[in-house]
Amino acid sequence: MLTLAELVVERGATRVLHGIDLEVRSGEIVALIGANGAGKTTTLHAISALLPVRGGRITLDLGEGTAKRLDRMSPAEVVACGVVQCPEGRQLFASLTVLENLLLGAYRRDDREAVKRDLARMSELFPVLGERRNQSAGSLSGGEQMMLAIARALMARPRLLLLDEPSLGLAPQMVDRIFETILALNREGVTMLLVEQNALAALEIADRAYVLETGRIVQSGTGAALLDDPAVRAAYLGLGA
Amino acid sequence: MSAYYLQQLLNGLMLGSLYALIAIGFSMIYGIVRLINFAHGDLLMVGAFTTLGLASTGLLPWWAIALLVLVTGALSGITIERVAIRPMRGAPQVTGFIATLAVSVVIENGGLILLSGQPRTFLFPEIMRSRVTIGPASVAAVDLVIIGSTLLLCVLLLLFVRGTRMGRAMRALADNLLAARLMGIDVDRTIMAAFAIGSAFAAFAGLLWGGRFGQIDPLIGFAPGLKAFVACVIGGVGSIGGAVLGGYLLGLAEVMFVGMLPPIYSGYRDAFVFATLILVLLLMPNGLLGRPEEDRA
Repeated sequence: MLTLAELVVERGATRVLHGIDLEVRSGEIVALIGANGAGKTTTLHAISALLPVRGGRITLDLGEGTAKRLDRMSPAEVVACGVVQCPEGRQLFASLTVLENLLLGAYRRDDREAVKRDLARMSELFPVLGERRNQSAGSLSGGEQMMLAIARALMARPRLLLLDEPSLGLAPQMVDRIFETILALNREGVTMLLVEQNALAALEIADRAYVLETGRIVQSGTGAALLDDPAVRAAYLGLGA
Repeated sequence: MSAYYLQQLLNGLMLGSLYALIAIGFSMIYGIVRLINFAHGDLLMVGAFTTLGLASTGLLPWWAIALLVLVTGALSGITIERVAIRPMRGAPQVTGFIATLAVSVVIENGGLILLSGQPRTFLFPEIMRSRVTIGPASVAAVDLVIIGSTLLLCVLLLLFVRGTRMGRAMRALADNLLAARLMGIDVDRTIMAAFAIGSAFAAFAGLLWGGRFGQIDPLIGFAPGLKAFVACVIGGVGSIGGAVLGGYLLGLAEVMFVGMLPPIYSGYRDAFVFATLILVLLLMPNGLLGRPEEDRA
């Protein structure tokens, strides 16, 4: 579905990604793990067209032989293609209500009836959001805010959901709930690219994973294989070989 | 309430309405691009002269003139944004400030060259100048028109920002730029809409200002623009409600200073206005309704 080919991205004068190759297939959860500063968020920002691509390609396969180059689009056009990001640190519209946040997730959509149905579905998926629909997003707890951030992204009806550090800053219990939710959404057919520092949790639910180290992919494989890999265990899971 | 205080109250509300109309634009624009548009006050002059030009043809009814003034203001705002502000996006904030200052100088001096510095008389129709008795006080009809039309525009703006997709996008953009881009909000178009609405309001304030005070010249926008900026800071820059609140507080305070201080001090009304600003900022650095905010280039 999504292919990154020899992707080179710079932030200012610093080259952050040195030509990475990565693929997300339809229906998968693909995890991108690595240390702080390895370039994980940069990768997602490049896909969402928040950063210019200096080299290589980002291609979105729409099926039936049609494909689109995301690396020449504006952020709004990428969203219109169905590639939607749930950013690091949640980035909610804190002064707006829960309902307004959800409606802004559906900003590019014109199918009012379907948007209404999706709103109802979000209240089912995350009952707390339904209860607090008229409360400001900034007044929610950290875990509730994360649910709202995911729900807001889902309101765009993503073909591919980019999740940046969904576990960041949450209590362990809440982390478990968020990962259960991610897995449940995936079973319903949402394809995901998941960026995580919590490598253990990410590898456990990922179909496949890539390890990013200072802007290069150093390893890839199924989630299970990487969980067993001695190098990965030592470097990212804090476990012995 | 004695007639005197009611009279002062109405004067304060009238002046406050004008400040509020201008301050709204300051705040909307600042909220979205984090930039104080120093040329904003000059749109009052643009609105006043547009009114004068259209009214002197004698061809149009006043409602049509008002509509055309709103449109002219909106188009001027869009032009300012395109020419002077969009190219500066991403540059250090101070560059944008200087650019808007330059626009202000160009507009004012362009006005002086084209229209001359000679003040022009500006007359609303007879009926607007008639006096209306409210209880023990009597006010010019134009004052009620100013207060009424300001309230109407505020209600319309409120419905727009709360109830429409573009209005929601505007608030989203003011709240979190990154998230707004990630939701697919068209940033350029939304910024343009904020400039259009804010500038239309300022131009409309020019129509009212000319009609109320009877004389206009190309530099007429400077002082009200500065006061509206103060109103906007008092209310909390970036908050539309704060701008309206600040406008009315400032209008009422200014009238009160003049009305209640011994006459020898009334010449210092502006000093009192700015002293109020300093006092508010010492106690509430973000203004009455403002919030601390993210940095944005």
